[in-house]
Amino acid sequence: MSVQNLPLGKAINLGLREAMLADPTVVLMGEDIGTLGGVFRVTEGLKTEFGAHRVMDTPLAESGIVGTAIGLAMRGYRPVVEIQFDGFIFPAFDQITTQLAKLTFRHEGALSMPVVIRVPYGGHIGAVEHHQESPEAYFAHTAGLRLVSPSNPHDAYWMIQEAIASKDPVMFFEPKSRYWPKGDVDTSTSGFPLHASRVVREGTDVTIVGHGAMVSMILQAADIAASEGTSVEVIDLRSLSPIDYAPILTSVAKTGRLVVAQEAPGFVSLGSEIAATVHEKSFYLLEAPVLRVSGFDTPFPPAKQEAIYLPDADRILDAVDRAMKY
Amino acid sequence: MVQLLTPEGKFAPSASAEEFLPYFEKLTDADFRKFYTDMVTVRRYDTEATNLQRQGQLALWVPSHGQEGAQVGSAYATKDQDHIFPAYREHAIAHIRGVDLIELIRQFKGITHGGWNPFDPKHKNFHIYTLVIGSHALHSTGYAMGITLDGKTNTGTPDTDEAVIVYFGDGATSQGDVSEAFVFAASYQTPQVFFVQNNHWAISVPVSVQARVPLYLRGTGFGIPGTQIDGNDVFASYAVTAKHLEDARSGKGPSLIEAHTYRIGAHTSSDDPTKYRTDEELQGWIKKDPIARLETYLRESGADEKFFTSVHEQAADFAADIRRRAVELTAPGPESIFRSVYSEPHPVMEEQQAWLAAYDASFEEEA
Repeated sequence: MSVQNLPLGKAINLGLREAMLADPTVVLMGEDIGTLGGVFRVTEGLKTEFGAHRVMDTPLAESGIVGTAIGLAMRGYRPVVEIQFDGFIFPAFDQITTQLAKLTFRHEGALSMPVVIRVPYGGHIGAVEHHQESPEAYFAHTAGLRLVSPSNPHDAYWMIQEAIASKDPVMFFEPKSRYWPKGDVDTSTSGFPLHASRVVREGTDVTIVGHGAMVSMILQAADIAASEGTSVEVIDLRSLSPIDYAPILTSVAKTGRLVVAQEAPGFVSLGSEIAATVHEKSFYLLEAPVLRVSGFDTPFPPAKQEAIYLPDADRILDAVDRAMKY
Repeated sequence: MVQLLTPEGKFAPSASAEEFLPYFEKLTDADFRKFYTDMVTVRRYDTEATNLQRQGQLALWVPSHGQEGAQVGSAYATKDQDHIFPAYREHAIAHIRGVDLIELIRQFKGITHGGWNPFDPKHKNFHIYTLVIGSHALHSTGYAMGITLDGKTNTGTPDTDEAVIVYFGDGATSQGDVSEAFVFAASYQTPQVFFVQNNHWAISVPVSVQARVPLYLRGTGFGIPGTQIDGNDVFASYAVTAKHLEDARSGKGPSLIEAHTYRIGAHTSSDDPTKYRTDEELQGWIKKDPIARLETYLRESGADEKFFTSVHEQAADFAADIRRRAVELTAPGPESIFRSVYSEPHPVMEEQQAWLAAYDASFEEEA
C-alpha cells in the first residue's frame, strides 16, 4: 500500500500523468491547459514534462476542441479534453451529443471513441455566471456517453485513469469546490471499478445518495443526524451513467428510506431518475417516498445568492426528517 | 477560375491553370476514360436510387447529378493513404474509393446510420456520411492533426506522406464548426484540403445570401489559401486537387478549393427546387454538364462509339445490380439497436435488450 495525502486537483494531475506515461497515445487538449497549467492548475507541469504536442493549448473554441478530439480518436489517439468551466460546455454540445456519443453506433461498432471530457462543475466557489453550474443531466440523457464524478482524491486519481482507458467516451465531472481539500490516495490499488457506486458511511435509518461535492455535504449532514439519533447510510454515486443501482437497492432494503441530493436543478435530473427507479424496484420495501434535495429550477443565481440556491446540510436534514416522519 | 476543359469540350486552359498543368500532364487517355466511365456509372446509379426512392424502396435520396466532375476529378487526385471526409452527396467519391454503393442504399433505406467501415482497407479511408452540416470538418482537422503528430508529412518519401480532404457544400461554410476547423487547421498547420462544392443552393437559399465574397476567399482571413475552379471540369478538379494535396502531404499546411458546380436535381427526394429556382438558370447549368463536355473531348481525341456504348451498358448493368440488391435489403433484428451504442459492455443495454426479448417472447407464448 502506497498512500499519499493530496488535494483532488493534484490527484487528477497525477492520474493524468500516469495515463500519459503508460500510453503514448494519450494527449491533453484544452484552453490554457499547457503553459498556464489550466485555470485550476489541474494540468500543471504536464506540458513541461510531455511537450506541447501532448499537452495542447488549443484555440478558444469548445466545439473545435471536442470536434478535433474526435478526429484524433479516429486516428488512434486517446484525447483528454478540458472544458474550462461547466457553463462553457454548450458550444460543444452538438459535437458531444450528435457526434462523439453516436459515432460508434453510426459505425455499427467498427469505431471506438475513447475521448475523455473533463468538466470542472458545481458551485460553492463564488464565481460569476456560467462558472458554477451542474449540467450533467443533459449528457446523462444521451445514449453513447458515460458519465462519472469523483468525490474525493483517491477516486479522482483512479477514475481519471480508468476513464482514459475506456474505449467509450467518458464525461469526467470534477467537483471544483473539492479541488483543494486533501485526502488519502492509495496509489497501489483503485478498490472499485469505474462505474460502481459505493457505500461511504454505513447506517440503518435513512439512505442518502449523492455525487461529487454533494458527498461531503451529505457526510456532514449524517454527522449531525447521528448526534440527533438518526443513523444515515451514505452512498457516493461515482458513476452518473450508467448508475450502479445494486448498492442503492441493497441499502434501501435495509433502511426503507432514500434521499437523493444534488446541486443540479431537480426537474428531469439524476435525482428524479433515481427516485423513479427505486420506487419501481423497491416499492414494497419503502417506508417513505424517495425524497429529492436539489438546486432550484432557476438559473444558477449570482455568487452572493449561491447559498440560497445550493442545498446545504440543513436542507438535507430537513429531507431526512420528512422521510423519518412517514 | 481555373478551367482546363471548356463547357464546349475544348481543351483551353485558363491563365490561372498554368501552375496546375504539370499535374494534368501526368494523365493518360486511359485515365480520361476512367473518369468518364465513373461519372456515367454514378449518374446512372443516382438515377436508379432516385427511382427506388420514388417507388418506396428508400426513405430518402440525395442526388449527386451535376456534381460528378468536381467529385471524380478530386477523388482521383487522392492517394490510397489519404483520408476522405465526405458530407453526404459524395457518391462518386465513395465509388472510386472502393465503397460498394449498395452501402449508401442501406443508409437511405433506413437500415443503418452509417453503412461501411472506413478503416477496412477495401474502403480506402472513405469516412461515413455526416448529416449535421459541417460537423465533420472538425473531425477531418483533428484527424489531420493526428497525421502531423505521427510525423507522416514531408518525410522525404512523398509516396507514403498522408493528407486529408474534407468535402462540404456552400451552405456548410456558414456553420461555426467549419470556421473553427479553419482556425484549428491554420493553428496546427494540418495537412488537409477543404473542398467546397459550391452547387449554388443550400436547399432553397442561394449562395449569395450566405457569402458576400467568393467562397475560395473564405479561408484568407484564417491564413488558408484558396483556389477557385470550374467544378464541372473534371480535369481542373483533378489537377488543382492533386497540387493542393501534394502541398498538404509535403507539410505546406491546409488549403481550400471552391469548385463551382450545380445541383441539377433536388436537394433531396423530399425537395422541390421548382419552388425556388428558375428553369432558365437550370438550363444554363445543363449546358455546362461535366459528362457532356468530357464526352465531346473524348470523341475529338479518338474514342469511338463502341467505347461509349460499352460504358453505358456497364452503367445500366451496375444500376440493375444495385436495384436487385436494394430490394432484397432487410433490416437487422432488434438486438442490433443495442449492440453498438458502446464499445464496452453496458448494463442498461443488456437490461433493455433482455427486456425486449422477453416482451417479444411473451407474444409468442400467447400464440
